[in-house]
Amino acid sequence: MSQFKIFRTLVSSGIKTAIQGNATYHLWMAFLTFFMLLGAYCFGIQLDKGLSATGMNDYVSWGLYISNFTFLVGVAAAAVMLVLPTYVLKEIDFSKAVLIGEGLAVAALIMCLAFVTVDLGGPIRAWHLIPFVGVFNWPSSMLAWDVIVLNGYLFINLTVPLYILMCKFQGKEPNKKFYLPGVLISVFWAVGIHLVTAFLYAGLPARPHWNNALLGPRFLASAFAAGPSLIIIALAIIDKFSNYKIDAITFRKLALVVVVAAQINLIMLGSEIFKEFYSPTHHSSSAIYLFFGLHGKHALVPYIWTAIGFSVVATIILSIHKLRNNKTYLYFACVLLFTGIWIEKGMGLIIPGFIPGAWGNIHEYSPSWIEIGVTAGIWAMGAFIFTVLAKVTISIETGVLRYQSTLTLK
Amino acid sequence: MIFSNDNKDDDRPARQEGKESGCQSGNCSCNKKEDGIQQVMNKPTDRREALKKLTMGFLAGTGFVAASCSPTAGDDKKEKAQLDWEEFFKGNYQLMDDDEKQATVNRLERLYELNVGRKINVLANGPEKDVLYGYAFNISKCQGYMDCVNACVKENNQDRASQMQYIRIHEHQNGSMDFELADDNYYHEVPAAGHFYIGTQCFHCENPPCVDVCPVKATWKEKDGIVVIDYDWCIGCRYCMAACPYDGRRFNWATPEVPKEEVNNNQHYLGNRLRKKGVMEKCTFCIQRTRTGKNPACVEACPTGARIFGNLLDPTSEIRWILANKKVFRLKEDLGTEPKFWYFMD
Repeated sequence: MSQFKIFRTLVSSGIKTAIQGNATYHLWMAFLTFFMLLGAYCFGIQLDKGLSATGMNDYVSWGLYISNFTFLVGVAAAAVMLVLPTYVLKEIDFSKAVLIGEGLAVAALIMCLAFVTVDLGGPIRAWHLIPFVGVFNWPSSMLAWDVIVLNGYLFINLTVPLYILMCKFQGKEPNKKFYLPGVLISVFWAVGIHLVTAFLYAGLPARPHWNNALLGPRFLASAFAAGPSLIIIALAIIDKFSNYKIDAITFRKLALVVVVAAQINLIMLGSEIFKEFYSPTHHSSSAIYLFFGLHGKHALVPYIWTAIGFSVVATIILSIHKLRNNKTYLYFACVLLFTGIWIEKGMGLIIPGFIPGAWGNIHEYSPSWIEIGVTAGIWAMGAFIFTVLAKVTISIETGVLRYQSTLTLK
Repeated sequence: MIFSNDNKDDDRPARQEGKESGCQSGNCSCNKKEDGIQQVMNKPTDRREALKKLTMGFLAGTGFVAASCSPTAGDDKKEKAQLDWEEFFKGNYQLMDDDEKQATVNRLERLYELNVGRKINVLANGPEKDVLYGYAFNISKCQGYMDCVNACVKENNQDRASQMQYIRIHEHQNGSMDFELADDNYYHEVPAAGHFYIGTQCFHCENPPCVDVCPVKATWKEKDGIVVIDYDWCIGCRYCMAACPYDGRRFNWATPEVPKEEVNNNQHYLGNRLRKKGVMEKCTFCIQRTRTGKNPACVEACPTGARIFGNLLDPTSEIRWILANKKVFRLKEDLGTEPKFWYFMD
């Protein structure tokens, strides 16, 4: 039996699985489709008018798109927190969650690439970025590195789960010799994508707010807090709405990962705040603007304090064992932490890097409705992709979808 | 030359906004014509014109160069489509040989003729031997008139709608060199008492951080020291903008608008040729002028002689005399970018 034929059956039966479901499922997919269409409409307007349709300008030249891109790289990298213990440390607790986590990574990476593409002034010329076809400024440009690591990570996270699913689809046990090397590479690669993305900003002396050695490690800490938080929420929804039941120990171990990362993240935040405010220099202007406002301008102040408030409350809840083991509090804290870090990576990191500008003038930024529409569309697309991947994965994992059974059905 | 300008009218308003009320002197550079957006808005438009504009906007929106301006014969359309196609798939200018460079220049000139019905002259001449350009700015002389800014906008075909300007003039209060406290957006008569003026633009760094970060090598430093952009290769990621510590780069957030009759027809591929939306641009030391031996437009326009431009490798040049005899300094030297733009005082 040729592998290609099996793959074709997997895809076709996967599509059949994805378009079948109960009323709630269809409602959810319709909801996502609506936002995807809205996003496409907004992107159409943006293509026509140029990036002047966004809130960005010559002073704040990156906005909501690059913020979301940065955050989602972290979410993608967090899949490794599930992969590592399951495949390498032989802790089987996570085995049910790991394919879901990798599905999440795939969805997050596609969203990342989408956010970068919509941020381009000439998306039609994006082919200039393809190695060997265009001109690739490697190794000098960190953006060129980012193109390589993101697409490489996407490739790994597509192939490893695909191999495992193909085996399970045929009712075979996946061979460790085949997938373990891929898993091991992906562990290092995950750290790589996040560090490279951090270096993209940290490598610019022109922007003192980013030009700081802690940026990379802090990216990792916040990613390993926000990513597994999202996985916990996704697993909770799957646990509730499907017959694929997740073990309580999976939640407990994941929550432990989240709490350690969240605590480290707060320590690093404290260290950054000390450095900026104990002896403020010209280089602290962005931080002063961000936390307290500068020269009467303070558009970002509510965002950062909301973000810090969310993170602190969530970390406290998660640090108390009694609360963490209570599912209601756990989910609440995860939502809080995820939202907090999302706001902080966007409005608290990317935007203030540009304010004050190179000559100290303050031009504030707020996203336009077009920008918000496109962003909502891409998030909806990510959720759509994840839902489809998760649904097919669960069908195979639970044994509903099998190669032999599809044959007998025919 | 630059010092002998007879314009001594110190009370001129700094910006065009002040013109209706303040400007009486006929010899100043502020023109009475409407600028940018007004020209487009106030133009009497008949229905056919409006329709043409709508179609043009629509076609431009589909991605290719505004390819629809005149309803010409079928042959022209075919030729245009062919040229647009070849232009879209051409390579990076830096990697082209001389024949390829000439071919793209010919295409651009022909396309403009087909689209607008006018001829332009696009140069593609490379750097001269033993030339490295440098610039010096005399803080004592600058009075904040902004003639340099206006000359630059006209010379370099900058977008009138968004009032794009490569040069910024910062008005500092006496006693402080802190740019954070300076005002680069003033609307009053200059020179204002108790203030002094410093101009900034692209400094054409010897070690330009913007060039390192470009993911597609769409921007680079030429042998004569000018940092240039290939407008047709730029993908518009704006990483260079984030990397520039001097606010030297500008982005075309929308399709740039230059009224047809104001377009400077003497152009250079790496200089002032017309840009499209979604690409970067910046000061090129007026490459279309300087590579043919002229001064940049800002130097020529400055009524006070505050701007000096020249060849750093020529020991007899004025710029070399200033570097040797004045106490010069550069901005943000701690970043190690080695700007070729010096400041000094008398």
